[in-house]
Amino acid sequence: MLILAFRRFLSMALIMVIVSFTLFAIFESDKLAVAGKVLGPYSSTEQRELWLENNGYNEPFLERYVTWVGNALTGDFGYSIQYKSPVSEVLWPRLANTAILAGLYMAFMIPLSLTLGVIAGMKEGSLQDRVVSVGSVLTTSVPEFASATFFSAIFVFWLGWLPGTSAMTSGFSWAEIFLPVFVLVVYGFGYTARMTRASMAEVMTSHYIRTAVLKGIPYRRVIMRHALRNALIAPFTVIILQLNWLLSGVIVVEVFFAYKGFGKLLLDGALFGDIYVIEACTLVAVFVAVFSQFISDIGYTLLNPRIRFT
Amino acid sequence: MTAEIQSNDTSPSALSKMVKSIGLLRESPIAIFGLSLILFWVILAILAPVLPLYDPNAPLEPFKFPMSEARDGGLYWLGTDHKGRDILSRVIFGAQQVLIWATTATVVAYIVGMLMGVIAGYLGGWYDEVISFISNVLLSFPVIVLYIIIITYLGATGFNIVLAVTFASAPGIMRIVRGLVLDLRTRDYIFAAQTRGESSMYIMLVELLPNARGPLIVDACLRLGYTTITIAMLGYLGLGLPPPDPDWGKMIAETQPLGSFAGHMAVVPAAAISSLVLGFNLLADGLREISMKD
Amino acid sequence: MEEQTPILECRNLCISYDTRGGEIPAVIDFNMKVMPGQGVGIVGESGCGKSTVALAIMQYLGSNGYIKSGEIFFHGRDMRTMSEDELRALRGSKIAMIYQEPMASLNPSMKIGDQLAEVPLFHEDVTVAEAKERALALLEAVKLPDPKRIMDSYPHQISGGQQQRVVIAMALLSKPDLLLLDEPTTALDVTVERGIVELVKEISAEFGTAMIYISHNLGLILDTCDRVTVMYSGEAVEDGTVHEVFDDMKHPYTSGLFASIPLPGADKNERPLVPIPGQLPLPHQRPKGCFFGPRCAFFTDGVCNTDKVPMRPVPNEEAHTVRCARFEEIDWAEGDHEAVSVKSVKSGKVVLKVRNMKKYYEIKSSSVIAMIRGDAVKTVKANEDINFDAREAETVAIVGESGCGKSTFAKVLMGLEEATAGEVILNGEDLANVTVQKRKAQTVGHLQMVFQNPFDTLNPSHSVGSQIARVIRKFGVEKDPDKVRAKVNDLLDLVKLPRDFAHRRPRQLSGGQKQRIGIARAFAGNPAVVVADEPVSALDVSVQAAVTGLLTEIQNELRSTLLFISHDLSVVRYLSDRVVVMYLGHIVEQGTTDEVFSPPYHPYTEALLSAVPIADTSVEQKQIILEGDIPSAVNPPPGCPFQTRCPRKIGSICETELPPLKEFQDGHRILCHLDDDVFESMEPVIVMHEDGDVVAVT
Repeated sequence: MLILAFRRFLSMALIMVIVSFTLFAIFESDKLAVAGKVLGPYSSTEQRELWLENNGYNEPFLERYVTWVGNALTGDFGYSIQYKSPVSEVLWPRLANTAILAGLYMAFMIPLSLTLGVIAGMKEGSLQDRVVSVGSVLTTSVPEFASATFFSAIFVFWLGWLPGTSAMTSGFSWAEIFLPVFVLVVYGFGYTARMTRASMAEVMTSHYIRTAVLKGIPYRRVIMRHALRNALIAPFTVIILQLNWLLSGVIVVEVFFAYKGFGKLLLDGALFGDIYVIEACTLVAVFVAVFSQFISDIGYTLLNPRIRFT
Repeated sequence: MTAEIQSNDTSPSALSKMVKSIGLLRESPIAIFGLSLILFWVILAILAPVLPLYDPNAPLEPFKFPMSEARDGGLYWLGTDHKGRDILSRVIFGAQQVLIWATTATVVAYIVGMLMGVIAGYLGGWYDEVISFISNVLLSFPVIVLYIIIITYLGATGFNIVLAVTFASAPGIMRIVRGLVLDLRTRDYIFAAQTRGESSMYIMLVELLPNARGPLIVDACLRLGYTTITIAMLGYLGLGLPPPDPDWGKMIAETQPLGSFAGHMAVVPAAAISSLVLGFNLLADGLREISMKD
Repeated sequence: MEEQTPILECRNLCISYDTRGGEIPAVIDFNMKVMPGQGVGIVGESGCGKSTVALAIMQYLGSNGYIKSGEIFFHGRDMRTMSEDELRALRGSKIAMIYQEPMASLNPSMKIGDQLAEVPLFHEDVTVAEAKERALALLEAVKLPDPKRIMDSYPHQISGGQQQRVVIAMALLSKPDLLLLDEPTTALDVTVERGIVELVKEISAEFGTAMIYISHNLGLILDTCDRVTVMYSGEAVEDGTVHEVFDDMKHPYTSGLFASIPLPGADKNERPLVPIPGQLPLPHQRPKGCFFGPRCAFFTDGVCNTDKVPMRPVPNEEAHTVRCARFEEIDWAEGDHEAVSVKSVKSGKVVLKVRNMKKYYEIKSSSVIAMIRGDAVKTVKANEDINFDAREAETVAIVGESGCGKSTFAKVLMGLEEATAGEVILNGEDLANVTVQKRKAQTVGHLQMVFQNPFDTLNPSHSVGSQIARVIRKFGVEKDPDKVRAKVNDLLDLVKLPRDFAHRRPRQLSGGQKQRIGIARAFAGNPAVVVADEPVSALDVSVQAAVTGLLTEIQNELRSTLLFISHDLSVVRYLSDRVVVMYLGHIVEQGTTDEVFSPPYHPYTEALLSAVPIADTSVEQKQIILEGDIPSAVNPPPGCPFQTRCPRKIGSICETELPPLKEFQDGHRILCHLDDDVFESMEPVIVMHEDGDVVAVT
């Protein structure tokens, strides 16, 4: 088990190296362009070259990469052009805000989708199954920017119950965080719920469930002890890997509700051409994604004795 | 333009199956409803040039509500936006855009992903190692990061959007195809083809891929829906096709701040995109149900 | 005896399934009585409804199945009136079931001990510790090695045979009155099957449990049951004691079944197999009157196809009933089904020579520990020193169980793998290291294969005709489109299928028809050698005979050599000229069929012969039960490959040295350490009684 974790860790590290190198190559192989981005479009070539010289850009490419990675590892991501401050100063608060958003999303989405999926999958073709299945197709068909439009039209403009933006200018507010989380949950729960349903339905038709029922143990125990453990293996992986897709939704929601989060930072950086912000954000995003894959692999192995003991 | 829509609407392998499935579709009302939603938009997109519509980019009268009368005696069915452009016309021409690019991107991603998957799954060995590793690296990027990098660095053109979707989707398609092929390659008819000395190319294209089409068609439908969302989302985030062509995502982004007094301007394109995606998802669901029964 | 209440009684039971095509009756008018301690067999081919009966007894028919009419009495109480709680109290405690696929029947993510302990925990008032103790005791009772370790294992960590023993232990934990066994050994190897069957017999005798044994294998029913019900297309067609049904069968279907399986007395020249023509009707296409009518040799218009045929008692035979309108008047000699004609053909020159062929695989272990220990690369010796000849028009059988290396051998022969050493000479050309892509089209066409699984043998995406045509063009037999089409028609004629089958898709064909197409494809290039890998084992008994017959008929006509890979010794004995017995990559015995089937035997051949279930009441088999399971080819035992299970093991020499190859008569060779006098004193395994005399058949 430890060996497996170690191997997964190694492959995670390898992927991080390759990804960071690719990113570095994309963003910084053209030195003059970097200088142009930093100094602005009206800077002269001499100014740019001087800046390159002063900032160690004339070192060999590989050396620059190593320094860059070293700095990133110690939390030094460079200086933001747009915010006129070190990137790390902008990044961490933004990341914390997004963590709140994502954490709340997970806290509501996971129990909701697993419960609905299990209830639907227990009896395939029943009324409860139909309702959950159709409901989840409907909600996964409405992307966040569309549902945000609908929900603001109803709750903000028509009923006037909730604020239309979530800038949190006067500190954290439950009323402001409600709509962003709600929009994410509405779009996101369907996928996991359908996955859980399919997995549960498959388990319920398996021979070992038949064995359990024909052993004469109570139905409740058949579900709790025999079905759930096997049925939840697949959704578990999906939930963790969803982090990868979640970021898209997070960006949309943060833009829509003007929520000061990591996603908006990344998007603004990209639109502004704020090169060090983009670098820092993509590195962090990829790290979270790769790390979540690592967790998902390990968790899958823990949940599945067929892999754990071979 | 119209011909392009037709030929791109379904991937080649899906097309032949679709024709056959029409009969089967009758068994799933869900699939029929989904297909009707898709066809509704496809037909509107094809007919857009001949329908009596205002120029989607012409500034007419701003902030008109739905069903209000136009200066020239016509009718703004869905009203006009803040720049005075006819929303109905923009939604229909926007459908054209999104259908063309979503199908092109999905088809290209599918071709790349299928080839990668069938090679990795059938030839195995180093091919598999390399392809799987590349896919894993690509899959470790959150999709949106991939889009942002490609589009900010290469520019927001249709080609680059297709490229970005391919990068983001092909690894997933490759995984599905690889899994299917790993299962199919153990069948005796593959063994039979090998024992009569068929080339790997023949086995992959003629013996393997046609038998993987069932699950792939369902996946392709879902992916069409997802790519539609992606393209609209890119438009919404300002990473989509450059103006002035109408784009559903951009329509929402432009008019969203004005929701307090003219909500319809954002609601209409939001409803349009939701209905089209719903069509793809329902069709996929129905097709899956049909394939499960057989 | 008459007064005793039966443990279970089914009265006029009708079971249906609801599908989108409407209601499909799966079981019609079924009656059965099981007395305490009795073993009752239900036998029939796939789709006859036998498993449905078992599931109906357990009241577990799924969401779309239901009992339409009739009653099931358990200890005199109608189970249909029982509440869900009452049923739950019965299941697993009074009625227990043993399933076909042991692996699928056990929860993969729960330890075996916990799964077993659940039974007493929920049926009796016991503590967890007591329940575990009971479970452990039963694991010992079912003769599992190291039961403590197994209690703590997950299902995938033990072998298939062991899993089935665990399922049996689970079923017996609460000492049920009735045990349902649904094809409990079908997924297992013959020698493992023998062990399980013996265990079931012993335990039912010990606990006095009544059994319902469901199987397609008549031999197993004879071995385990007192009474038997023969089912066909949802109906019981004959019911009686095993001896009544096996020795004095009254229904043409029963008689057809027996005529189509090879029995020890059957020789392909003297007592040819007689297949039942046609195929099982689909439930919604059942004919009027007798369901077997269209396939019956004694069909009489106006009698058999008018009214529903009732079960009627056979005069003078207690409780022997038959569902045949004219069983009293049938003259068995008059049936005119065509027998599978197999002419004795003189074999010609040697076509295929295999010399010292070895095939090793390397498997890389990627675990870090293995890398540190330096044994990251393990060698699997799939084939070790294979030597044999096959002559023109000869049938050579390659016999062995899973892991014996027969499939690897086929792969090397077909050129999908290269041999590690040795020669494979076809018509003078060494092909051992020539992969199929490098072989000439003609050579490829000369060496073809018929595959095992009819559902896999044809590509579902292409029409039957195009698949045959592809082979014809590929082998360079014909190029011109018209001639190719003509050749496709010829081949369809050859395998006795209508020509318009060329336009059909594989899913429109039955299993037997697909297998015929597979044969047509193999013979398209006028092959010198055809390898048939278990070509009929996945088919129903009544269809097997027809396909086997067709295969040998074409082979004789074209004078091809047939390499018949099989685990079924009855079929092998029936149709092969020479036999090669393999175990864990080694050829342990080879010779002519008569030589291999009569003493002296290799101890493994002896055990195999003893393990084959034989559906003949006049046959007596010596009991040789092999302990344990077949070792894995990754970790073969040192010395003799068979030493871990050999009942005749003589000592440490078996564990250290590879046995010498002993030559008996010309060509009869055995790989064994046993002394010559032991070989000489061996007795035949299968003995046949005829009118009181004991006649050795093998």
